[in-house]
Amino acid sequence: MANSQDTTAAPAQGLLDHPLRLRWSLPALAILCALPALAAWMGDEFYVGLASRILIFALAATSLNLILGFGGMVSFGHAAFVGIGAYSVAVLMQAGVMSAWVAWPSAMLISALVALIVGAISLRTQGVYFIMITLAFAQMLYYLVVSLRAYGGDDGMSLYQRSSLTGLDLGDDRTFYYLSLALLVATVVGVSRLLNARFGHVLQAIRENELRMTAIGFPVYRYKLTAFTLAGALAGLAGALLANHANFVSPALMQWSQSGVLMIMVILGGVGHLYGGVIGAIVFLVLEEFMSHYTIHWQLGLGFILLTVVLMAPNGITSLFRRKARA
Amino acid sequence: MNGILILEQMLNGLQFGLMLFLLAAGLTLVFGIMDMINLAHGSLYMVGAYLIASIAQATGSFWMGLGFGIIGSAVFGMLLEISVLRRLYQRDHLSQVLGTFAILLMANEGVRLIWGSQPLLLNAPAELAGPVEIVAGFYYPAYRLFIIGVGLLVAGLLYVLIAHTRIGMQVRAGASNREMALAMGANVPRLFTAIFGLGAALCAVAGGMLGPLLSVQVGMGESILILAFVVIVIGGIGSVRGALLGALIVGMVDTAGRTLVPLLFSALMGPVAAANAANTVASILIYVLMAAVLFFKPRGLFPTHG
Repeated sequence: MANSQDTTAAPAQGLLDHPLRLRWSLPALAILCALPALAAWMGDEFYVGLASRILIFALAATSLNLILGFGGMVSFGHAAFVGIGAYSVAVLMQAGVMSAWVAWPSAMLISALVALIVGAISLRTQGVYFIMITLAFAQMLYYLVVSLRAYGGDDGMSLYQRSSLTGLDLGDDRTFYYLSLALLVATVVGVSRLLNARFGHVLQAIRENELRMTAIGFPVYRYKLTAFTLAGALAGLAGALLANHANFVSPALMQWSQSGVLMIMVILGGVGHLYGGVIGAIVFLVLEEFMSHYTIHWQLGLGFILLTVVLMAPNGITSLFRRKARA
Repeated sequence: MNGILILEQMLNGLQFGLMLFLLAAGLTLVFGIMDMINLAHGSLYMVGAYLIASIAQATGSFWMGLGFGIIGSAVFGMLLEISVLRRLYQRDHLSQVLGTFAILLMANEGVRLIWGSQPLLLNAPAELAGPVEIVAGFYYPAYRLFIIGVGLLVAGLLYVLIAHTRIGMQVRAGASNREMALAMGANVPRLFTAIFGLGAALCAVAGGMLGPLLSVQVGMGESILILAFVVIVIGGIGSVRGALLGALIVGMVDTAGRTLVPLLFSALMGPVAAANAANTVASILIYVLMAAVLFFKPRGLFPTHG
């Protein structure tokens, strides 16, 4: 945390810097830490499971925001990397590998490897064609998983138990929640460090003007591919957590609409805002949960709210704060 | 025997490809002219199919359903454009994705609210129920032949409209250089609305035609929407000619993949091992095709812009 203080104290805070904004993110973190205790006090442990799910999706959305918001790469296949991470854990578990120390890094590594291959080909195209080619690769991977009969095919596959981590009982929902929270915090801090470093500045400059960066002599393709691979690895971690959270994996994780939902979370929260993915995931999933309690036709309300956000807050929810801060 | 199988698969592919073209034509025009990603295009297809199915059930006539359903869908499409979508033209692609995804959710839920979650039944007209003998010993369903006929007819009409009328000229001008066309005073908001109505009507035709073959249900628009996107990306965004060619390629490859790949694989490695692999290859074939096309021609087969 001392380092982030250094960033806030830095004399020139550029447009390309994304500080952790500890003034309000620490209180928010404190609330998140207190949540399981609050839920226990209210006698509703169900919310701990829901909150874990939200944190995991926040992690996935943050990884997408890294390339979408800061790299300008509109990937429409991000759920594929989440799904690959989830399936890596499931497949390893079926082979008898229970340790999270092995399974989770493997999930990240495999997702990163697939992202590297997909990115290497997709990044040759631009704009709408990039959106479509990432979608095409995600669909290929989706159908590949659907046809894997040994791992449940269309129906998915149940896991016997959560991965084991020395000293921690992941089967306990509260432990799992705190672990997800820790990983999300680590990711956000890591992404913030990355963005404020030279790499992040170059990435954002490429987003602003790719041609100019090429002309100056930056290896643009390599920077973009690195970011794409990193985002794939983080998505793989989210997938590994998701598989353990539900004790279940299925191709539905990798459906194109799932990629759409991740994208919606980022846009809703704020594209290119450090906390955009986190805020979007929280708002989206809480709305979904809240409204599905009241009516089976909750998607109508959700659609209406999303449409209102698009028309009223063009740059996502975080832009509302920003406008207020400026006024 | 083999010749007949191939002929049958080609006709199936042609029929599916032409229906994809009806969906892709509207999508590619909206995409090409207004530079807008419309994820709600599949919803127009769904709404069209539902309107046609319920009117056909109420009146007992497939033809009445088709006629009024198409008109209803066109009106629905134009209302959607006037009320919401025109506010998104000037926005970036991300806002368009979010906005049209929201419409997609609302359309799905609205349809479920009105018609319930049970799939609707749409029967092919009785006079087209039987098979037709095309060559000696080869029977093909009359209804599928009818779909091919309608598809060809609509494609022809669309060609005349785009290539030989003043509206078509404005549409083409808009597709190849939107700013210039606007500066020349060619495009007016009314033209955009009309294109949306036309696109919705074409979606409804496809929905009505495919309704008796596939089921009319919530979410039916999503899977076919992805295929329509594949089609227009292969063909080159904004190009109606590209959409036709792309649709026929995708239709043929998809249909052929589903029947010929299993045959080929079981001949090569025996039936049990083949069943799994063939399924996978058949489903990903068109995506491999699309990735390959974009790899060699990053702007599709018939690029329009610039």
